[in-house]
Amino acid sequence: MTIEEIKTLSALEIGKAIKDGRTSSREVTRAMLDLIREKNPAVNAYTYIAEEEAMAQAEQADADIRSGKLTGDLAGVPIAIKDNICTKGMITSCGSKMLYNFLPPYDATVIRKLREEGMVILGKTNMDEFAMGSTTETSYYGPTLNPWGEDRVPGGSSGGSAAAVAADLAVVSLGSDTGGSIRQPASFCGVTGLKPTYGTVSRYGLVAFASSLDQIGPIGRDINDVAAVYNLICGIDEKDQTSTETKKLDLEAVKNFDVKGMKIGLPEQYFGEGIDKDVKDVVMQAVKFYEDRGATVETFPMPIVDYAIPTYYIIACAEACSNLSRYDGIKYGYRPEGVDDLMELFIRSRSEGFGMEVKRRIMLGNFVLSSGYYDAYYNKALQAKALIKKAFDEAFEKYDVVIGPVAPTTALKCGESLSDPLKMYLGDICTVLINIVGLPAVSVPAGFDSNGLPVGMQLIGRHYSEQTLCGAAAAFQRENDHHTKRAQDKEVK
Amino acid sequence: MEITDELIEYLQQLGRIRLTQEEQEKTKKDLGSILGYIDKLNELDTEGVEPMSHAFGRTNVFREDVVTNDAMVDEVLSNAPEAKDGCFVVPRTVE
Repeated sequence: MTIEEIKTLSALEIGKAIKDGRTSSREVTRAMLDLIREKNPAVNAYTYIAEEEAMAQAEQADADIRSGKLTGDLAGVPIAIKDNICTKGMITSCGSKMLYNFLPPYDATVIRKLREEGMVILGKTNMDEFAMGSTTETSYYGPTLNPWGEDRVPGGSSGGSAAAVAADLAVVSLGSDTGGSIRQPASFCGVTGLKPTYGTVSRYGLVAFASSLDQIGPIGRDINDVAAVYNLICGIDEKDQTSTETKKLDLEAVKNFDVKGMKIGLPEQYFGEGIDKDVKDVVMQAVKFYEDRGATVETFPMPIVDYAIPTYYIIACAEACSNLSRYDGIKYGYRPEGVDDLMELFIRSRSEGFGMEVKRRIMLGNFVLSSGYYDAYYNKALQAKALIKKAFDEAFEKYDVVIGPVAPTTALKCGESLSDPLKMYLGDICTVLINIVGLPAVSVPAGFDSNGLPVGMQLIGRHYSEQTLCGAAAAFQRENDHHTKRAQDKEVK
Repeated sequence: MEITDELIEYLQQLGRIRLTQEEQEKTKKDLGSILGYIDKLNELDTEGVEPMSHAFGRTNVFREDVVTNDAMVDEVLSNAPEAKDGCFVVPRTVE
């Protein structure tokens, strides 16, 4: 098979073609690595290209498929991994100078599962430093560019994982989502991403940012691939005590899902002030599709949305400053030369190893947890969390799925939000509530704005409702082709 | 709320971070606008609301405390900036 042919296939189709002997894992992996070598210098989606490891893994996968040892749908299919997920023997830097040389001595649980399936790891993808950012511009390894426009950010923090799929440098990838970090870059890059229910995917081996919010999930070109990867990585793990027993998705049922009779709720505040008109129009058009196919649609007020950003940034920064206290220049990572005082070693390792956005969040986190402010900020945020949970509980008494935009805008111009952190934080308004409550949500390409940039629609469901969410996404993709459009043939309006 | 030089100094100390003069000025401004926005939360009536940690009622999970991995001293220390005789090396702390 030629590169051009391979590029047209989904992950599931590649898996099938390998099994049918029309191609091999070796051929597909080689083609992908060639594309990466050619195009990555411009896109900067990968921070590490696992050339040798991937080819060795592909050879092994081919042998194991021939011998009947590997039988899964995705055996031999290549995948890209966000650089905050530990991969044994491959640098896992989290986009930070602090971990520039960190070689994990173990695989994250999700990586172990992908390897067991026979998936081939192409490399590690770029991200905002420690996943803190919404543009992939805070990476120590330089920004990733959005294939849809060279002066546009890919979103973040999983910007590398989304851009890699959009630029044909991977067919599927793993990202992580703490406040929108899978969904928002998927939206900006015109690809599909799933943030699963908290606990359905083990976080063992995911470098911690905010442990009550972090969740690993897949990004791909269509929901069927995304659902198939989710099936591989989900499940309870004794190494992550917050993980839960999870039912795998019925992929056939996802593919053939009928939205007739589905009850859809649209939160008023998700379509209100601050949301771009183009974004609103595109999402409403998509909602209309569901209505035409027999779903009922209703708008409802959700005033708690106004408190999403304050609540999220208090909780996320509080947890981050605790989690990041482990970086001390002693156990792993960056350490300056010639420091002979212990306190000075801590301070210099952290001051030189962390970038500004990380330092800002550590300081913010320490502030909201410090004595005298704890009740006014941290405790208040946990109370707000209870009210946010209640608001969603009430919504899901009436609706099966809640729909809104993923982000208030399409991909921003590079550099726009770096100078103004508050402006960047406000862009997370539509995504952060979902992490606070631990809900699942999917980002689905829904159309394009007047500049030809992709717009994402967000489908939000009850806890453990991935089957319905993926099904609803699949129903949309069956009859719409936005997700098949590539930056390479951009003229679409 | 007002972000004073003292507060910036205190937060650096808590986080074991040292900012340059220029970064301190920028941080003062940024934290000012971020906390200014965060203070919006004061408008939310949370009277009598129980603070929530886990959003959907998971309780603590226990397991037997048994060793499941081999000693990985060498692998773990291989990431240490400085190690000696199976231990991390740190600057002298006791005279």
